[in-house]
Amino acid sequence: MITFKNVSKRYPDGYTALNNVDLAVESGEMVFLTGHSGAGKSTLLKLIAAIERPTSGVIAISGQNIAQLKPAAIPYLRRKIGFIFQDHKLLFDRNVFENVLLPLQISNFDNNTAASRVRAALDKVSLLKKEKVMPITLSGGERQRLCIARAIVHRPTILIADEPTGNLDVDYARDIMAMFRSFNQVGVTVLIATHDASLLEDTQHRILSLKQGKLAA
Amino acid sequence: MIRAWLMQHGFVFFHTFKRLASSPVTVLLSITVMGIALSLPTGIYVLMENLQSVSGQTASSPQISLFLKQDAKKEDIDKVQQRLKEVSQIVNYQFIPKNVALTQLQQSSGTTDIAANLAHNPLPDAFIVYTREHTSDFLEQLRLVMQSWPEIAHVQFDSAWIDRLNALLKLGRSLVLMLATLLSIAIIAIMFNTIRLQILTKRDEIEISKLIGATDSFIRRPFLYFGAIQGVSGGIAAWLIIMLGIDVLNRELAQFVQLYDFNIEIQHLSLQDSISLLLFSAWLGWLGARISVANHLWQIEPK
Repeated sequence: MITFKNVSKRYPDGYTALNNVDLAVESGEMVFLTGHSGAGKSTLLKLIAAIERPTSGVIAISGQNIAQLKPAAIPYLRRKIGFIFQDHKLLFDRNVFENVLLPLQISNFDNNTAASRVRAALDKVSLLKKEKVMPITLSGGERQRLCIARAIVHRPTILIADEPTGNLDVDYARDIMAMFRSFNQVGVTVLIATHDASLLEDTQHRILSLKQGKLAA
Repeated sequence: MIRAWLMQHGFVFFHTFKRLASSPVTVLLSITVMGIALSLPTGIYVLMENLQSVSGQTASSPQISLFLKQDAKKEDIDKVQQRLKEVSQIVNYQFIPKNVALTQLQQSSGTTDIAANLAHNPLPDAFIVYTREHTSDFLEQLRLVMQSWPEIAHVQFDSAWIDRLNALLKLGRSLVLMLATLLSIAIIAIMFNTIRLQILTKRDEIEISKLIGATDSFIRRPFLYFGAIQGVSGGIAAWLIIMLGIDVLNRELAQFVQLYDFNIEIQHLSLQDSISLLLFSAWLGWLGARISVANHLWQIEPK
């Protein structure tokens, strides 16, 4: 599903975020990505969604080399991916419902289908009662769940989460991990970057650890 | 798919109106500015159109004078008359025999003494010809044709005033064109800046939309709608300004004209011109927005 071959990313200021990374994630797999902050976790995730472009190497998603993707094709790649951003990237001038609606508007869904999908997504993250609420009034955990709803509403085949439990207490974090597992069980490929070791203690899923831009075995 | 696309556009359209309504003062101000800018060249255009139609009416006064040869006989006059009937562009003609012409000359003030002292009538028989067209090109051509008729001594038409009027109208037209060009550029610049500010305030929305798979045209759409709608509003404002202006002028004109006992009224923009004005203003707004979006959107790349 996702393949990296000799992928390096060097920023214009000379900083090397990734150095010759090889990686393969199977379809339907759930994989954790760990490492200290600055180890290159976010960069790796952003490369998958073509938010960053690699300096060298090949990145293939469903067999398509996205390192050479034309700018006009990038939106369609991103529609296959649900991305949960570290800094949330919510729109604070729209309510919960409208935030989740955005990916469907972008993909030209008609209003009725879109509304029922938004409600289904909000139901999955237990935010259905708050659809008219503005994001500013939500708690940290609720905002995170809102991000998840927005990432899954268009039913992506790949779900990517960058530090999804960042500032949450243990119970919230556990809830959110359970959600990811349930998405994975219905066939979504899930990729989670975290530096939170407690999340990984009892997991049976594969753990990839990044150290200074290289994958450790 | 088409239905979804239509709904999408309807949604953007509706939201653009909501956004316009959310800052009424700013929007009204820029619509007024656009309206005034558009009303200037359009107003001059309206006045020129009126002037031209007035000149068309006045131009049905004597156009061409045909002077026959001094020794012209009855048959010659009949021949000329026959020829005049054959030229389709001639609406009407009038025959003035030489004795009538002399009487007229004697009656007109200032020339009485000269005319009375004449031993014999020096005036020829003449025709006065009224034509359908009044362009100097056409008249010149007709003159050449008539000049070639053997019974005719001289063809004369006073084209100077038509030439002058046409030159004046031409000048007016280039003035309108110049004003329209300059003010159009000004409107595009206004729209460019308005959209630039909007893009800045919507930075987050644009960035997030790009991150979750929005195409450039999706992101562009609301700004283009905004430009076009504001452009049309500016056009409507211009139309109203002109209508009001003509109304005021007509009221003044009515008083003035009453004193001279004739009837004249400034006509408003025709339906066709009105639609052109609205389409053009919409296009201007759209174009300003398009240029602005092209210039600023690429600067917002998600990180």
